[in-house]
Parts: sequence; C-alpha cells; structure tokens
Amino acid sequence: MSTVASPDLLTGQRGWWHRTRDGLFRVAIMGSVVLGLVVLVALIAQSLVKGWPRLGLDLLTHFPSSFPDRAGIQSAIFGTLWLVAIVFVTAIPIGVGAAIYLEEYADTNTWYNRLIDVVIQNLAAVPSIVYGILGLAFLSRGFLHLGPVVLTGGLTLSLLVLPVVIIASREAIRAVPSSILDGALALGATQWQAVSRQVLPAAIPGIATGAILAVSRAIGEAAPLLLLGALQFITFNPTGLDSSFTALPIQIFNWISRPQEGFHIAAAAAIIVLLGITLLMNGVAIWLRKRFQQQW
Amino acid sequence: MVVTTGIVVALLVPSIEFFQAVSPVEFLTGTLWSPLFKNAHFGVLPLLSGTLVVTLIAAVVCLPLGLCAAINLSEYATARTRAVIKPILEVLAGIPTVVYGFFALTFVTPLLQRNWPFDTPPQVFNALSAGLVMGFMILPTVASISEDAMYAVPQSLRAGAAALGATRFEISTRVVVPAALSGIIAAFVLGISRAIGETMIVLIAAGGTPNLTLNPAESMQTMTAFIGAAGLGDQPTGSIGYKTIFAVGLTLFAMTLVMNIISIRLVRRYREIYD
Repeated sequence: MSTVASPDLLTGQRGWWHRTRDGLFRVAIMGSVVLGLVVLVALIAQSLVKGWPRLGLDLLTHFPSSFPDRAGIQSAIFGTLWLVAIVFVTAIPIGVGAAIYLEEYADTNTWYNRLIDVVIQNLAAVPSIVYGILGLAFLSRGFLHLGPVVLTGGLTLSLLVLPVVIIASREAIRAVPSSILDGALALGATQWQAVSRQVLPAAIPGIATGAILAVSRAIGEAAPLLLLGALQFITFNPTGLDSSFTALPIQIFNWISRPQEGFHIAAAAAIIVLLGITLLMNGVAIWLRKRFQQQW
Repeated sequence: MVVTTGIVVALLVPSIEFFQAVSPVEFLTGTLWSPLFKNAHFGVLPLLSGTLVVTLIAAVVCLPLGLCAAINLSEYATARTRAVIKPILEVLAGIPTVVYGFFALTFVTPLLQRNWPFDTPPQVFNALSAGLVMGFMILPTVASISEDAMYAVPQSLRAGAAALGATRFEISTRVVVPAALSGIIAAFVLGISRAIGETMIVLIAAGGTPNLTLNPAESMQTMTAFIGAAGLGDQPTGSIGYKTIFAVGLTLFAMTLVMNIISIRLVRRYREIYD
C-alpha cells in the first residue's frame, strides 16, 4: 500500500516538525520489526549454538537414557511419526469433508449452520491444554478408557487441529469462483461431480497448505500430550495403536526440566531437529500457497 | 459441534463434583492454592494473579510492537519488503512453544539476572522472562492480523488524506488505524487469549509455586501451568486432585471463550464495513 500519491513531497510544504515527526515514527516502526526479528533469530541461534555439538547420528538413533551423553530421541521421533500418521488419516479427511459440506451443500441461512460456523471459529482459538483435558476425560480415562497410548494422543491432536483444517479448506474452496461450479452444473454435471472434478482440484493447493500447517502444529504441540500422561521414560518405539509413547516436544520438555546441563544441551539438539521439521513444513506450505495461487 | 459439547460436558461434570466438595466462594475468593497437599486449600486467586501478571507482561511487549510492525508492513514497506517479511512472520508463528520455553529459561532469565537494575535479581523461575518471551511468541499473530485489517482499508481514504496535505504519519495514525480499529482490537484480543491459554512457556520458565503477588521477578504458577503440572503427577480418576484439573480448566475455557467471542464479533464488524 505504498503507492499513495507521494505524500513525502507534500511533507516538504508542512515545516520541519511534521518532517521530524514522520522521521521519528519511521524509525520507531522500523525498530519494532527489527526487534521482533532479532529476538526470533536469537531464539533459533541460541538453540543452534548450544545444541550443535550434540547433533549427530547418536542423538537420532539412541533411546532416552539417564546419562545425558547417551540420551537420544529415536523413540520420540517414532512416537511423533505415529501421531502425525493418526492426525493425517483422521483430521484431514474429516476436516476437508466438513469444509465441502459447509461451503457447497449447507444452507448458510439456517441457524444451525451459522452456529456451526461460529463454533468452529471459537474452537480454533481454544487453548490446547483444554483439548488435553477433553482427551483425558473422554479418550484416556472416561468413556473409551484407552489409557495414555499413542491412539489417544493422536486423536486428541486431531481434535485440536480439526478446526484449523476446516477453516483453511473452506477458504480454499471459497476462493474458487462460483462460475466454475455453475459452468459444470450447466453442462449437466451433478452437484457432486461438479464439486469433486472442478472445484476440489482447483482448491487443492489451498487445502494442502492448510493441511501441512495443521500437521506441523500437531508435531510441535506438547501441552495436551503432557496432560494425557505421555511424559514417561520410553525406551522403545511404538509397536501399535495401543502402545505407550513419547513425542519430540515431550522429550524436549522432559530434558529441559532436569537440572543437569548435559540434558539441556541434549534438549537444544532435539530442538534443532524439531525446529528443522516444523519450519521446513511451514516454509513448504507458504511456498505452495504462493506458487499455486491462482488469479481468476 | 460434537467437540464443543464434548469439551463443555468434559469440563462441567467433574467441575460440578468438585464444587460439591469445595464451595465456589472458597474457590473464587481464597488466596491459598494447595490442592494436592494434605491440608488442601482451593483458592484460585494465586493462579489467576499469576496468569494476569504473565499475560500483562506479554501484552505490554506485544501490543506496541505488533501495532508498529503492522503499520510498517501495511503503510511504509515496499511491496518487495512486504513479500519477504510477511512469509517470515508466518513461518515464525509456527515455532513450537516448548522452544520458546527453553529460550526463556536458558537465555532470557540469565540475561535478566545479569543486568538486573534493582536489589534482588529474578529467581531462576520468574514470571517476567516467561511473559516477555510470550509477548514475542504472539507478536507474529498480532502483527499479521492487524496488518490484514489495515491492508483492507480502501485506498481512497489514504489518497483523500494525502490530497489534504497529511503526512504519511498522519495518514497512518489518524486515518488507517482508526478505520481498521476493530480489526486491530480483534487481533489484540486474540493474541491475549492465546497468552492466557499458553502452557509450555509458563510451565518451563515461570515455575510451579502458586504465589499471590504482583512482583514479576518471583516465581508464580498460572492456571495452565497448574493443569499441566497436575497432569504430570498422574492423578487417580475421581480424586479431588483430578477434579481440580477440570475446575481450573473450566475457568480457563470460560475466560478464553469470552475473549474469542469478542474478537470474532469485532472481525465480523470490520469486514461488513468494507466488503
């Protein structure tokens, strides 16, 4: 929005105070962006510097140990992979399905569809630990009584990212102009044919972006898993859905909360791995959105 | 829909059982929180004050910075700078919160302890470093949403002000910001609601002692940190300790829900104006 008809030229006619104030303001707002970026760079740099010496094949292949030098994250990585797989097969189909229904089939004038709309927006902003409570009450203990196993963790994370998937998919579907749908319908396609063969393919990049962001959020989430009881000394990879598990952020939290410096270094090294995964996924998602952004 | 009902039921049922054992008056006005000890006290105020202090610090960091960054991106930055900074902000918004917690504990706290201008330096676990780091955690969200609101202000308003001889500072602060105000407030409310609900940073960096104080250099426990810590202790189902998780969770859920509803309303309102 910097294309306003050169207000800087006009500043010249308004005296020194206006020019100075403009300059000071420019410094302040530039400073705010720089400060934000500096802190975030410091955050990444600190983990890199601290964890670099421990980053290696050892870290990736060893299991957690009570000796900081020998501790590794193999079981945490496999636990995270299991969780991601569960989120992928549950949250994404359900989320995309719900988005298709809400955008293409639901009558937005009825009160219950409007209510669903508001509820989904609210759910997206519910603190993650509240989802942990939900998982604890219904999945881990309560009704299903699954215990603190990998299925409970995966389903809880699915519930957590579901609103994100729905909102992103709805936006992607909404961005496809209705003329495409109308054109298909006019040629005799049924509603489902028009949606599945015309609208959905056009919305795939947007949906994929949302899905990747959702999975990346699930990978980094620790609080709900903590509440489910995932903080255990696990020296084996999950063998099935009913296996107990640990996950990357949980393992990091475990090491941070120990007093020995050696564990803090191991935590920093594990953070590099976690940051690498999540930042890479977010980067890919944003690149994907840019690359396939279509102008209709 | 099912999920919301689930959350409400999941929180309500054990909470009701909790309030049968502990009077709501004691819960809301008590100043001592020690539910897991033998001589149990159930005053939620220390947890509330902890949440309040940490959130306030985060707000003080993030509101001015977020607003300035948004003005910069929307009004001052060239299209090219914007195309670089905006994706960076979005990528950074995806940093896991354990990482921020680690940063607060091992970088910000020692930094504060070394450069503390007053008498007693901050404790190893303190609300200040947790709050500061949390402010930077919500910065990308706040900046990004406020920027969207400012970007949506019609170009004709800016051009009109410029034609009347306004400087770019005047255009930004007296035309664009007021026009986008509801969107900006919505961004702030959403950011603060995220700060209230954030768990890992406070669990790692703010400590685990419920503490009714406003001194940010001391250790304090927030509502989320209590839930997290109680969850670690593996409370037996049905015990009073297990039920406190739900009572505190309900309080937390109610607080964030109200803030989110306000935020969503505001976003709606500002959308209606310029669509």
